[in-house]
Amino acid sequence: MVVLKDESAPIRSSIDVMRVRQIVREWAVSLGFSLVDQTKVVTAASELARNTMVYGGGGELRMEALNSDTRRGLRLTFSDQGPGIADMEQAMKDGFSTGAGLGLGLGGAKRLANEFAIDSRPGQGTTVTILRWNKL
Amino acid sequence: MERIPILKMGRVLLVTIQVDMHDRLAMTLQDDLTERIVQDRAHGVLIDISSLEIVDSFMGRMIANIAGMARVLDAETVVVGMRPAVAITLVELGMTLSGVKTALNMDTAMAMLMASFADKEHFNGGSQG
Ligand SMILES: Nc1ncnc2c1ncn2[C@@H]1O[C@H](COP(=O)(O)OP(=O)(O)OP(=O)(O)O)[C@@H](O)[C@H]1O
Ligand SMILES: [Mg+2]
Repeated sequence: MVVLKDESAPIRSSIDVMRVRQIVREWAVSLGFSLVDQTKVVTAASELARNTMVYGGGGELRMEALNSDTRRGLRLTFSDQGPGIADMEQAMKDGFSTGAGLGLGLGGAKRLANEFAIDSRPGQGTTVTILRWNKL
Repeated sequence: MERIPILKMGRVLLVTIQVDMHDRLAMTLQDDLTERIVQDRAHGVLIDISSLEIVDSFMGRMIANIAGMARVLDAETVVVGMRPAVAITLVELGMTLSGVKTALNMDTAMAMLMASFADKEHFNGGSQG
């Protein structure tokens, strides 16, 4: 697997969250994603970017375009140095929110991606990585 | 301050959402619409999302909130023109938007509102509403 391209973007405001949607869309288009796949990965990115801003107190997105023999992929890593998540099982559950949300962001992003990983330690921040493949 | 325009057509308020909007703008729209429903004595709200490329949990919640608020104020909301890719993604996200009426195009949406206005007049014994 080869990393074709690698870039970072800040996530500090709701304008930044909107920019994340735009740039993830551009990358998905350039990797040849179908319209439905573009929409799925942009939606997942929007959820995770908002979590980074709202709960993580801001952070950043790292985008990587991946290439293997048979497919191309987009890996998105959202990281913050916020309070972290104490009870991961609870946070991943649909309908659970410590804010005013519907509690769909994490579970939804997991369903919308092909691979999903979350790493969080109370007091040390949160990192969420999703990967969406495009069959060639 | 940046705002999404709200047009008035008779008893209907019409909002067209552009390609994307940030969260604060969406919150402002929610507040503005609630005020305008009362001010303009609107009975219907049409939200055109045909240009919208994604609906995530925040925007979905905003749409549901608008519909809920409008209902309390005796107005009907119809969401128009959701793109197929958006609809597919929403289901996977886990958002049902149950309780929000949707239409494929403006004509159908208008017809739905007119039908509900007619029902209401009938129920009110034909009095002017
Ligand atoms: N980056 C983060 N840092 C700290 N806590 C987080 C982070 N991301 C999520 N959480 C916690 O996990 C919970 C669930 O997140 P999720 O995105 O699923 O729902 P939500 O953001 O509350 O609502 P929705 O996304 O539907 O608007 C949040 O309420 C929050 O407590
Ligand atoms: Mg969330």
